[in-house]
Amino acid sequence: MKKGLRNWRLFSLFGMMALLLAGCGKPFLSTLQPAGEVADMQYSLMLLSTSIMVLVIVVVAIIFVYVVIRFRRRKGEENKIPKQVEGSHKLEIIWTVIPIILLLILAVPTVLTTFKLADVKAMNDKDRDKKGTVVVNVRANLYWWEFEYPDYGIITSQDLVVPTNEKVYFNLIASDVKHSFWIPAVGGKMDTNTDNKNQFWLVFDQKATDKAGGVFYGKCAELCGPSHALMDFKVRPLPRDQFDAWVKKMQNAKKPVVTDPVAKQGEAIFNKSCIGCHAVTPLDKRPEQARTAPNLANFGDRQRIAGILEHNEENLKKWLRDPESVKPGNKMTGTYGKLSEEQIDALAKYLMSLKVE
Amino acid sequence: MSTIARKKGVGAVLWDYLTTVDHKKIAHLYLIAGGFFFLLGGLEALLIRIQLVKPNNDFLVGGLYNEVLTMHGTTMIFLAAMPLLFAFMNAVVPLQIGARDVAFPFLNALGFWMFFFGGLFLNCSWFLGGAPDAGWTSYASLALDSKAHHGIDFYTLGLQISGFGTIMGAINFLVTIINMRAPGMTFMRMPMFTWATFVTSALILFAFPPLTVGLIFMMMDRLFGGNFFNPAAGGNTIIWEHLFWVFGHPEVYILILPSFGIFSEIFATFSRKRLFGYSSMVFATVLIAFFGFMVWAHHMFTVGMGPIANAIFAVATMAIAVPTGVKIFNWLFTMWGGSIKFTTPMYYAVAFIPSFVMGGVTGVMLSAAAADYQYHDSYFVVAHFHYVIVGGVVFALLAGTHYWWPKMFGRMLNETLGKITFWLFFIGFHLTFFIQHFLGLTGMPRRVFTYLPNQGWETGNFVSTVGAFFMAIATVILLINIVITTVKGEKVPGDAWGDGRTLEWAIASPPPVYNFAQTPLVRGLDAFWLEKMEGKKELTPAEPLGDIHMPNSSFLPFIISFGLFVAAFGFTYHNDAGWGLPVGILGLLITFGSMFLRSVIDDHGFHIHKEEVLELEKKGANA
Amino acid sequence: MHAEEKLTAETFPAAPERATLEGKNKFLGFWLFLGGETVLFASLFATYLALKDKTNGGPSAEELFQMPIVFMATMLLLTSSLTSVYAIYHMKNFDFKKMQLWFGITVLLGAGFLALEIYEFYEYVHEGHKFTTSAFSSAFYTLVGTHGSHVAFGLLWILTLMIRNAKRGLNLYNAPKFYVASLYWHFIDVVWVFIFTVVYLMGMVG
Repeated sequence: MKKGLRNWRLFSLFGMMALLLAGCGKPFLSTLQPAGEVADMQYSLMLLSTSIMVLVIVVVAIIFVYVVIRFRRRKGEENKIPKQVEGSHKLEIIWTVIPIILLLILAVPTVLTTFKLADVKAMNDKDRDKKGTVVVNVRANLYWWEFEYPDYGIITSQDLVVPTNEKVYFNLIASDVKHSFWIPAVGGKMDTNTDNKNQFWLVFDQKATDKAGGVFYGKCAELCGPSHALMDFKVRPLPRDQFDAWVKKMQNAKKPVVTDPVAKQGEAIFNKSCIGCHAVTPLDKRPEQARTAPNLANFGDRQRIAGILEHNEENLKKWLRDPESVKPGNKMTGTYGKLSEEQIDALAKYLMSLKVE
Repeated sequence: MSTIARKKGVGAVLWDYLTTVDHKKIAHLYLIAGGFFFLLGGLEALLIRIQLVKPNNDFLVGGLYNEVLTMHGTTMIFLAAMPLLFAFMNAVVPLQIGARDVAFPFLNALGFWMFFFGGLFLNCSWFLGGAPDAGWTSYASLALDSKAHHGIDFYTLGLQISGFGTIMGAINFLVTIINMRAPGMTFMRMPMFTWATFVTSALILFAFPPLTVGLIFMMMDRLFGGNFFNPAAGGNTIIWEHLFWVFGHPEVYILILPSFGIFSEIFATFSRKRLFGYSSMVFATVLIAFFGFMVWAHHMFTVGMGPIANAIFAVATMAIAVPTGVKIFNWLFTMWGGSIKFTTPMYYAVAFIPSFVMGGVTGVMLSAAAADYQYHDSYFVVAHFHYVIVGGVVFALLAGTHYWWPKMFGRMLNETLGKITFWLFFIGFHLTFFIQHFLGLTGMPRRVFTYLPNQGWETGNFVSTVGAFFMAIATVILLINIVITTVKGEKVPGDAWGDGRTLEWAIASPPPVYNFAQTPLVRGLDAFWLEKMEGKKELTPAEPLGDIHMPNSSFLPFIISFGLFVAAFGFTYHNDAGWGLPVGILGLLITFGSMFLRSVIDDHGFHIHKEEVLELEKKGANA
Repeated sequence: MHAEEKLTAETFPAAPERATLEGKNKFLGFWLFLGGETVLFASLFATYLALKDKTNGGPSAEELFQMPIVFMATMLLLTSSLTSVYAIYHMKNFDFKKMQLWFGITVLLGAGFLALEIYEFYEYVHEGHKFTTSAFSSAFYTLVGTHGSHVAFGLLWILTLMIRNAKRGLNLYNAPKFYVASLYWHFIDVVWVFIFTVVYLMGMVG
């Protein structure tokens, strides 16, 4: 067993090293670098539970190591018969009562935080100040996200834009199968069910946003099909005045005016093959069921192609050429026939020109 | 009996096993079938880890990856862990209570064959279009959306069939333990493993029906036009989640309680001490099982049940930590003051404590609902349940294999190889899963087939994959050990480890077909130990030597289960092909027809005469 | 006592279903099985309650259910439970003929119930209440149908026992079999009481 202990030590050392290397993850993605009130509360709860649990582990480890070393059957003890102890009421009471106390210490803040995080009264208040409290309707689809701002009448997708340092409220629903809406650094998470609407709130901290480089990563956390792993979205929190300006721009966005002749060609292809599903204005008035593909009004401003590829024309062409190779099981494959390279070039040019900002 | 078996030809041995109703042979069947599925599930795990070894890997992408991950989970839980535990329950529990067999030998065989054909059916999906791909939890909206192939139908029908088998096994053990205990074996003198089996069986009996109902609903929706989970027609997918987890959470205890039982036996045996705080251990087991039914919704904290439900289920979940903690301390104090011998099974038992405590404390962390919103469906959860299930259940299965192998087969597994297996497995296990806690905390969702670079997950995933290979090598060495032992292992006496405490060690290894020539009289906890301490080598008999009544073998369990296997194929394809419905009905006819035969043909069993018993006993003593 | 022993009214034990170890095991095992069945039906009931108003444009429970036919079916099944009690009473008194007679009546009543249920389902389907109509209809047919298939199985079981043992009379081998079959029959009856209350009465009140 001595050898075992040495291995154990070596192993824990290795574990620590790995941990240090990994750090606490990326500021735009890690729950260990909380970037808002919700994530903060959750992080403190994690710290509290971890400390209690480390205490437990230490106690067990001390007894464990002592017992395993002290009571080994040594040479010459082959015939030793230890005393057959039945138990000890005193000890039993100790290790029943102390854990109960420890759990109570954890249970109280858990319950309080759970209620606090579920407080969405403000968003359901009929007389609420529509400018003051931002509400976003999140609709999850295979494999993209739609963000509708009902108070402003605008719709966008894939990139969520929100104001910083204030509560942002969310209505969550899925249109096909169950997904789950998660922004690890900012707090999480809530399922988007197919049956009913869920509600919760988040706060996006300005300082943390700056530290994360202005963009947080969002994830789908519920297995939803072949491309579940690729159902990412991005969050762009802006200071309130910039957010208001963005909303204005979105509201005033007219049908895109294309001047470049190649892009014009692309527009023609788009209007023939794509417009049935994709809208190009943020003021899409069609009902939810008809909005079967991401809104592309501000496509040129996006962070990623298809949610995962770096945002450039080359990747856009790759995506248009064969969506299946990028996102297996996506709903766009095979809906627009085969395009020639020339047509793809034109389409890409047109799409990249779709900008609001 | 093994000496007789060895003289038979291969065909005769095969027929013997196909028709056996002997709990010891059924244990062998469970061990072989469960072991096979364990290897299969392990292979699937390796494929998963290979795919995740680096970002943007294209070894196993999209839908196929989902099939592998679904089958890994389903296979490991339903077809490997549970059957392997059933193997030990069958092999050991009747011996531990001093019984000649289980209460329903026929049902016992039927339970095995149901499980076997259910598992076989499930795995047939690989060759018939595709395996189920909605995760082992098979959440309804995704499962109904999976229309490319019949994978999910194989899941619903296969698990229904194997589920019937499991329920039969549970009823069988409950009745066996209540009715068939030897004189003097009161409930509070039962070995801990028997207690665990008893409580587990009760859990199975009450937890499996909700799963069956859920599976029936899903089958109806997918194959017969039902609307249970179709929101457009008024259905509700959350019902599936509730039904699944009302089963799913107790299922975790169905796996872990017998594992606790195995470790309790091993700690006591190799510390040469009676189990510390036996009565509180029993109480804790019952309490864990009881709580197990009241916490299912902690798997659904993010579903949107509201803060009241979340808070209640959070606190209820935390409560489970108390009886579990009691158990951990009782094991530590069983060793305290003992004389610990570090055999291979004891290695696993000792390693189990820190490993399981790790899994247990993350369980408490997960129960804090508000914090769980962050952990839920991330790799943190993956790390947690593998710590519990591998560090608890798989360690117990490996420990039990080494511990009871001599009892089941009469030969000792090689200790050196056993310890090599242990170290590789132990190191591999922690390498694989420890780092996954941090993957989850840094934002990696579970069940993803790939990840992009620059999200801080490269190192963790690489380490994890390396660990998986350690476990794979360990398993290969275990297989080599088994082959070597079978060919030229050292034969052992009844009390193979020399420190046996419970009744199974008082009789020959492997035990004769009737187990006990004379039913023993039990005079306290650790009955065999008590006799040994008084200087006796054998148990005190409770009856004179006489003829022994034995049940007849039967081929019907095989046929009944085979009928369901056929029927499942028919119903799976009844919408696609004309032969579907007739084949389905034919299968049901085979099943109900053989049940009818079972009902009308009297089965009174046979007797082994006193003289034969004496002769067999003499042989056993010489072996 | 041994299972095959030839017995007379005098030597026949008071609890023949539990006189042998096999009988005791069967008795206990069957009770446990019924425990599992209870959870099964509880799950079906819970789902039914959750979905009973989701008619998806199809007929609702109020529009559908017809009291007379359901009431008649209920009476048949309740009475059959009573007649099976008589059958077991005569079994305990070692009166094989009377036991057979009462089990025979039980089977007839059960068959009547089943016929009414099939007729009822047939009517509903014609009124546009098909299995595939709505979540409500799926839940209804699954719950009531599962009960119905239990009735059918119980009928075949009791009938098989009656025919198989017609010529050889009672002994300790078949007494437990008759006993657990009657237990099963009572269980089916109890489940029906719940179906009658939860599905039909609550459905008609609306």
